[in-house]
Amino acid sequence: MTATGSMDGVDDSARRREADAPSSPVARFTADEALPLDAGVSIGPWQIAYQSYGTLNADRSNAILLCHALTGDQHAANDSPITGKPGWWTTLVGPGKPVDTDRFFVICANVLGGCMGTTGPATTDPATGLPYALDLPLVTVGDMVRAQAKLIDRLGIETLFAVVGGSMGGMQVLDWASRYPDRVFAAVPIATGARHSSQNIAFHEVGRQAIMADPDWRGGRYIAEGLRPRKGLAVARMAAHITYMSEQALHRKFGRNLQDRPQISFGFDADFQIESYLRHQGLSFVDRFDANSYLYVTRAMDYFDLAADHGGVLAKAFTGSRTRFCVVSFTSDWLFPTRESRTVVHALNAAAANVSFVEVETDRGHDAFLLDEPELFRTVRGFLTGAANARGIAPPAGAV
Amino acid sequence: MLRPLKNLMAIAPLPERRVDLEVVADLVQPGARVLDVGCGDGGLLHLLAETRGVDGRGIELSQQGVNECVARGLSVIQGDADTDLEDYPDDSFDYVILSQTLQATRDPRLVMANLLRIGRRAIVSFPNFGHWRIRASLVLRGRMPVTQNLPHAWYETPNIHFCTIRDFLALTEALDAKVERAVALNGNGARIPFNAPWEFWNLFGEQAVFLLRR
Repeated sequence: MTATGSMDGVDDSARRREADAPSSPVARFTADEALPLDAGVSIGPWQIAYQSYGTLNADRSNAILLCHALTGDQHAANDSPITGKPGWWTTLVGPGKPVDTDRFFVICANVLGGCMGTTGPATTDPATGLPYALDLPLVTVGDMVRAQAKLIDRLGIETLFAVVGGSMGGMQVLDWASRYPDRVFAAVPIATGARHSSQNIAFHEVGRQAIMADPDWRGGRYIAEGLRPRKGLAVARMAAHITYMSEQALHRKFGRNLQDRPQISFGFDADFQIESYLRHQGLSFVDRFDANSYLYVTRAMDYFDLAADHGGVLAKAFTGSRTRFCVVSFTSDWLFPTRESRTVVHALNAAAANVSFVEVETDRGHDAFLLDEPELFRTVRGFLTGAANARGIAPPAGAV
Repeated sequence: MLRPLKNLMAIAPLPERRVDLEVVADLVQPGARVLDVGCGDGGLLHLLAETRGVDGRGIELSQQGVNECVARGLSVIQGDADTDLEDYPDDSFDYVILSQTLQATRDPRLVMANLLRIGRRAIVSFPNFGHWRIRASLVLRGRMPVTQNLPHAWYETPNIHFCTIRDFLALTEALDAKVERAVALNGNGARIPFNAPWEFWNLFGEQAVFLLRR
């Protein structure tokens, strides 16, 4: 890696600020309102940071919860306070978009274990005045969802019109629908599965080992020591990023093209465009993400296995569900391939649940759920519109 | 596999297609839970939702058909009548509909058994291979029939399990299913009088629609 983050100091302070006192709204819970975790301990005080878009209607029936993926945050449809870049789901969410903020009240919260204002390893431990680091108990997808439910309670919303998310966000969607069937009218799990596969756990382990092998990780106490495991986190991101793209898309985008040079250098510089691209991805990621959060959140995904929570029978996770499901997968996604979605669909059928299932044809791999994919937009728009009409949510003003 | 015949239905004369859907829809009680197996572009599900207020779901083999349905707000999954009906528990639906699809399945008997297991009632419509024009083609020309409604040559047809109305009746008996109602449609899509004998239907019905229960 040749470049170093030129604005590291500025980014560091911005990241530190967002972890404890985020620029978005935050719901705070006292020690008396401690959150019980699957690890068998409780955490409190704790907090959950969130964003919202649109307006909650009078009968509080039009709320949509967006669940973000591994490295996402609550800033789904607004510029990131750290990078200044547009939110990660501006393709799908906004006025007149498939998740129409003119019709729906859209909420997105930073996950438990994250680093953008919800309690996570970078949060200051009130007992020590130092970041929790590895003293924070491990969290699960179920813990993330229970934390979100506390936020939804506090916002005075009994039933969510829809829960929508991709990848790890889709895991949360499935957990929501299973855990709180009466609070979820419609569920849209995208590019996800009911469990993390062995291969997926393997890739995560590579990433975690890269972080922990960085001498600047310091057993997790790098913030207190004024350091950051930049190289380890960047390598973790590079490895993960490969899994988000398909072989065809990589070949189409980069092929074996050389980076700003007429011929190979007979050295270990970034000769190929793909190397340069991955290095850039790694470096820009470390500017906005906390390494310990990466450990915690990847672990939460690894632990996710909805069937195991229901005696090994996935259908039992959805018994009696009246939620409308719309499951979406992408043909070239090898991280969460279509067969994982199909397993969910079969389980929903076995539970006699109301389910739609669309496989979108694309060569862009797992990342397709974040990209401009018209077929995805048509599916989400059609499904949400049909469900909203069934729920009796008024169309946006000016619409027929 | 389900698709080609749906396409053919779509390009068939409009009144005929509508009559077929309406005959099926007429057999469904308002407000029922319905599964349409081989739902194509969702035309029947849409009609059932609009006119009978049913809680409808669909299975369609073609991904394009599925995506079209879901974008229209219908609950449809991509799936195969031969393999995916096994997932559904007994009595999941009031009606399971198999419209113009039976002849394209690999194992019609198993599919029929699943329809009758999943649904309290099954509605099955199919092209009648006993129709006089088809018999004439075989007997007089010695060729597998190619008609306006069945336009594929034998080597490229998705319809691998044709049957006549009498054949279908024999299958219902083998499955111990009761025929609650049956309708035969002539080439113009008009209903053949209800009191006609089976052999008359078998000769002059181009399509048949059966309402069955266990």
